[in-house]
Order: sequence, then structure tokens, then C-alpha cells
Amino acid sequence: MLSIKNVHASVEGKEILKGINLDVNAGEVHAIMGPNGSGKSTLASVLAGREEYEVTNGSVEFLGKDILELSPEDRAREGLFLAFQYPVEIPGVSTTNFIKTALNEKRKYHGLEPLDAVSFMKLMKEKIKLVEIDKSLLTRSINEGFSGGEKKKNEIFQMAMLEPKLTILDETDSGLDIDALRIVANGVNKLRDENRAIIVITHYQRLLDYLQPDFVHVLVNGRIVKSGTKDLALELEERGYDFIKDELSLSEAV
Amino acid sequence: MVKWLDGLESLVRTRIENYYLFRKTQKPIRVNLCNSWQVLKMEKIDLEYFGEKFNQLQTQDPGTYINNIRKEGFSTFNKKGLPTYKNEEWKYTGISNLFKKEYHLSEDELNLRISKTDIDEMRLPGYENANELVFVNGRYVAELSTIRSAESQLVVIPLEEAANGIYKDVVSEHLGKSNLFINDGIHALNTSFIYGGVFIYVNKKQVIENPVYLYHISDARENHILAQPRSLVYVSDSAKLQLVETYKTIGAMDSFTNEVFEIVVNANAIVEYYKFQNDTSNASQVGTTHIRQIGKSYAHTLVASLDGGMIRNNTNIIMEAAGNEAHMYGLYLLKGDTHVDNHTLVDNRMPNCFSNELYKGVVDDRSTGVFSGKIYVRPDAQKTNAYQTNNNILLSDAASVNTKPQLEIFADDVKCSHGCTVGRLDEEALFYLRTRGISKEHAQAMLLQAFASSIVEQIKIEPLRNYAEELIVDRLQAQS
Repeated sequence: MLSIKNVHASVEGKEILKGINLDVNAGEVHAIMGPNGSGKSTLASVLAGREEYEVTNGSVEFLGKDILELSPEDRAREGLFLAFQYPVEIPGVSTTNFIKTALNEKRKYHGLEPLDAVSFMKLMKEKIKLVEIDKSLLTRSINEGFSGGEKKKNEIFQMAMLEPKLTILDETDSGLDIDALRIVANGVNKLRDENRAIIVITHYQRLLDYLQPDFVHVLVNGRIVKSGTKDLALELEERGYDFIKDELSLSEAV
Repeated sequence: MVKWLDGLESLVRTRIENYYLFRKTQKPIRVNLCNSWQVLKMEKIDLEYFGEKFNQLQTQDPGTYINNIRKEGFSTFNKKGLPTYKNEEWKYTGISNLFKKEYHLSEDELNLRISKTDIDEMRLPGYENANELVFVNGRYVAELSTIRSAESQLVVIPLEEAANGIYKDVVSEHLGKSNLFINDGIHALNTSFIYGGVFIYVNKKQVIENPVYLYHISDARENHILAQPRSLVYVSDSAKLQLVETYKTIGAMDSFTNEVFEIVVNANAIVEYYKFQNDTSNASQVGTTHIRQIGKSYAHTLVASLDGGMIRNNTNIIMEAAGNEAHMYGLYLLKGDTHVDNHTLVDNRMPNCFSNELYKGVVDDRSTGVFSGKIYVRPDAQKTNAYQTNNNILLSDAASVNTKPQLEIFADDVKCSHGCTVGRLDEEALFYLRTRGISKEHAQAMLLQAFASSIVEQIKIEPLRNYAEELIVDRLQAQS
């Protein structure tokens, strides 16, 4: 589904990603872990199409298309979804109206008629239940005055509504209490199926306990330096990133 | 010799400019010391014509109260001339250039050329329920107007009739009070020609269900038109009135509307005032709305500017009684070469008054926005609460905004705040919307609409609010 080959990216002339390789297939959940400043969020931004990030080398293919050539909106319409680490507050734009616009722009892109009000409301109701979001939030402006947990739930709700093929959860667990974390993780799990893939960017094991990733990758200094199964995450939790850095400096020394 | 401009230097400069102008066009050089005044007259403002018209007007009704105000006005105009950049209040808005052409003042016979269709085209939604007052070239035309409220509630008569009839005392007490606050030449020019406006009187305890819509038509089919509406509104105790003004220029020549609208609000009364400016680019305007809250009352103003040439709005609130409350809103969505300057004044003269101002602008292309908000808190005005905010979004590199909050506080127990921002659209918000599949253009329009919505929702006349929403959506979608 997603094939990242030797991606180098920089922001304001500073190289952050230094050759990322990653293949993600439908149905898989990949976790990307790594210390602060290793480039995890940069990778998410590059995939979603943030303009400040310049890809200087490499390629990203998503469902057979070179997505680096596409605008952020077209990437989304192709089925990519980024759940933000810091969801943006947008006063004056109602959440419902926003999601409806997004959904219908995506439908239009795929040559489908816009959803009428009744079908849209029906779909909303269904997904509200799925992700356990308080529906009064949806009549409010996007994320305005939402708590940290509400903002993250809103991200998962949008994911549920837009039904992306590939979701990138960028530190979705940050700033969540235990209950909110469980609700968010359950929401994500309910949206998993053999046609969809998820990339989870996180610092911590606890979200992975819920999501049970198929693969875990460790990103250090702009490169994936180690990949493994979910056991790798447990090992990281236990030993910290230092053991990987040690391994790394050893191998580099050789 | 009378000095027509703010300074001698500009006179000299004008002469030199003209000199080169004539040289370049190979026309005979007519500038010399003997007839330079003539050239000036042609190029700047046709003073002979104004003087003639003024004398004509004064001989029509000598010895009246209005006659005296006019006389003072004309003398001030002669002293001050048109404001130039040198006047701090006119630093960013140069109207004197607009007077480098021959304007025609109102002629009664032109009125007949306005048809019902012309009026239909500018009627604002909700008109079925409104008192519709039609002004042509600055003069109220009763035959084209429709008064729907009962006379026992609302009186609408020509200002001159009011000044000579039973409302004589009201007019002589309240007409011309704005002159004390704005004493520049352009305001004085309006005062010099007070004629043909209306007097609107709301009786005590009358809640007027039918808003008053004022349609200002400039018939610029044959001449450049200078329209100078001057009206007076008196809202008695415990009454409520909604006023809506809008402007339309017909024809390809230029129009200049130099308006002064004075509104007096008594105790426990409520006044809402809305101004919609969506005229053509050959339509310029200086408009003063001067609201005096002489009893503890409530005022709500909103000025929306969507299109036009050079526009200056003075919106004044004078707190002449304790415990007054005023809310002032403004929205300017500018494109092309439109220039909109909003000057606001809140003069707190008595204690315990509350005022809140929120002005927002979206400025595109080469357009320019100006906001200058003055809040006075006089020594007696303890416990004043006065707030002011001006937010601007620039959409192009050539667009510009000048914003200036001014607080002058002479009391010690007050709460005042002001703030202004000039920036671009929030890139992070734009990116967020785009990552959900919303196109850049659409996302931009959504954000701008959201920005404007806090003003639009302050339009309390529902059909007008819906209309404004539609206009803004259309505009923002076309623009992005």
C-alpha cells in the first residue's frame, strides 16, 4: 500500500530525514518509535504534505501513486489520513459542517454524488457510537475549547467518518489520561480491517498495548535503525533508547 | 484672500504640478500669478459653483436655524478647505484628489429620472416589512419612499419642515452637534449645504417593528455627483428603532457621498444602526454617523464595506448619560483598489458606561484598510468599561492596513483595553483543513468566512443577516 524509499527531507535547510525506507501493506499496523527529535513527526508531515518540509531525495508511493506530487488535499482524497499531534482549533467553523465538506469533497474526487443531509446524519450517528464522542462537541467550532482528550477523540471521529486507507496517528496518545487513551485506542481498533493500514507514531508502550502492532520500527537521527515485532517495543520500554544507540555506535564504529 | 487648502505649500505644489501638466500636454501654459486661482479652481474644487449654490440655498430660507448652521459651516469650510494628509485624522485617506473634478450638487429635477426599477435593484431583503426612504443625490424623495409604520409611532418628514414646525425645538437643540466633534472641511461642506434630508422621530415607548431602510441613490449618468445627505433622528424614551443605510451609484460618472447622520437616543431606548457599502468603484464616500446617548440607553452599530472607491466612515458614540451601553462592529472585505477607512470615537463623558468595539478586515489585491479607534474617558467618567479590537487579514502582498488605537483616559477607575492584529491566514489551520481533503481555495474561504462570522452574526435583522452571509460567501469563494 505504502512504499517509502530512501526519503530525505529537510526543513529550513536542515536535513531531518536521512534515508527512510518503509513498506506498509494493507491490514498491517506499524509502530514508529524513537527519541525526541529523531524525525517521527517530520515523517508524518512529509507524508501528509506539509509545505515547509522539502523532500530532497527518495520516493513515496501510495496505492501505486507518487504522492509527493500530490497536494495535501489530494493525498487525503486518495485515502491518507493524519491524526494530528496537536489538532488545530478553528473558531467559527462548525465541526459537523467541516466534516461534511471534507467527506463530500472526497466523494466528488472519486466521482460520487455528495451525501444528502439524511444519509450524512445517519453516518454521523453510527460513527459517534463507534468512537464514543460526545455529540455536542460536533456542533461546536473545530476543536475550540476542547480538552486534550476531546481533541484526540475528534481526530479519531474524523478518521471514522472519512474511512481512510492509511492512517497516521502522530503521537495520538500524548496528553491523554488512561480512560481517554482506552477510548481512542478502542476507536482505532474498531476501524481496523484487512483493507486498511495504520502507522502509529508514539513514545510509549501503553498505546501499543491496546493496538498490538504487527511491526515496530525505531527511528533515530532520521533513519530507521531497527525493526522488529511488538516485542521490540517492550524491550524499548524496559531498556530505553540507549541500548539501540549503543548498538548503533558499535556497528558504526566497526 | 481665502485659503482653500490646509497649507500654502500644497497650493504652491498644485500650481507647479499644473504647470508641468500643461507643459507635457503641449497646451498653452496658463499658470501665472494673475490667473493661477482660476487654474486652481478648475483642478481642485469649483468654489465659484459651490459659493453660488450656497448663496442660492441661503436666500431660499433666510433667518432660520438651519440657515445659521449652514453659514457657520460654509465659513468653516472656507477656513479649513478639504482635509489633506497633513491632518492627522486624514493621514491615510486622501480625498482632496477626488475633488479634482467638477461635481454637481443636487438638482431637484434629476429626481424624476429615478424609476421604480432603479429602486427595486437596490432594495435590501426584508424590505416588505421596512420603512423605505429613498434619497436621490442626497435628497429625500417622499414620492419614491414608503412609510409602513403608523404616524403615531414614527414620524418621517423633511428636515426643513421639522425645523419650522412642531419639532422646531428638537431640531434646534440637536441638529449640528456633530460639528463640535468633527470640525474638518469635508464635514463643514456637508453642513454648508444642509437641505433635503429627513427628520425621523420615534415617539415615547414605541418599539418600531418596521426597520427604517435608507436607500441613497447617486444619479451619475450625466455628471459627477456630490450628494450630501444630512438627517436627524430622535428616539424618545423607551423606544426602539433599527436603521439601515445602503448606497447605489447609477451611471458611469463618479459619485461622492458626503453624509452626516445624527442620531439622538433618550433614556431606556434602543437603537440599532447598520451601514452596507457595496457600491461601484466609481463611488466614494465620507459618512459620519454621530450617535448621542443622552439618556441611559443602548446603541448597536455595524458598518459592512464590501465594495466602492474611497470610503471613510466616522462612527461616533457620545456617552452623555451615565450607564450607557454601546456595541460597535465593522467588517471590510476589500479587493481591487478599494480604500476603506473606519474612524471610530467613543467619548465617555459620564460614569458607568460600557462600550465594546470589534472591527475586522480582509484586504486583498491593492486595496487598503484603515482603522483608527479613539476612546476618550473624561474626568467624570469613572467606572468606564471600554474595549476595542481590530483584526486584519492580508491576502496579497500589495494590500495594506494601517491600524491605530487611541485611548485618552482622564479618570482613574476605568477598565479599557485595545488590541489590533494584522496578519495572514493561519497556515496551520489551512493545512489541517486540507489534510481532510478540502481544497486550498475552499479551505481559505471557510477560514475567512469564519473570521467574518463574528461580525455578521451581530446583524439582528434576520433577512439582512442572511443576505450578508450570502454576499460574503459568494465574495470569498470567488476571491479564493
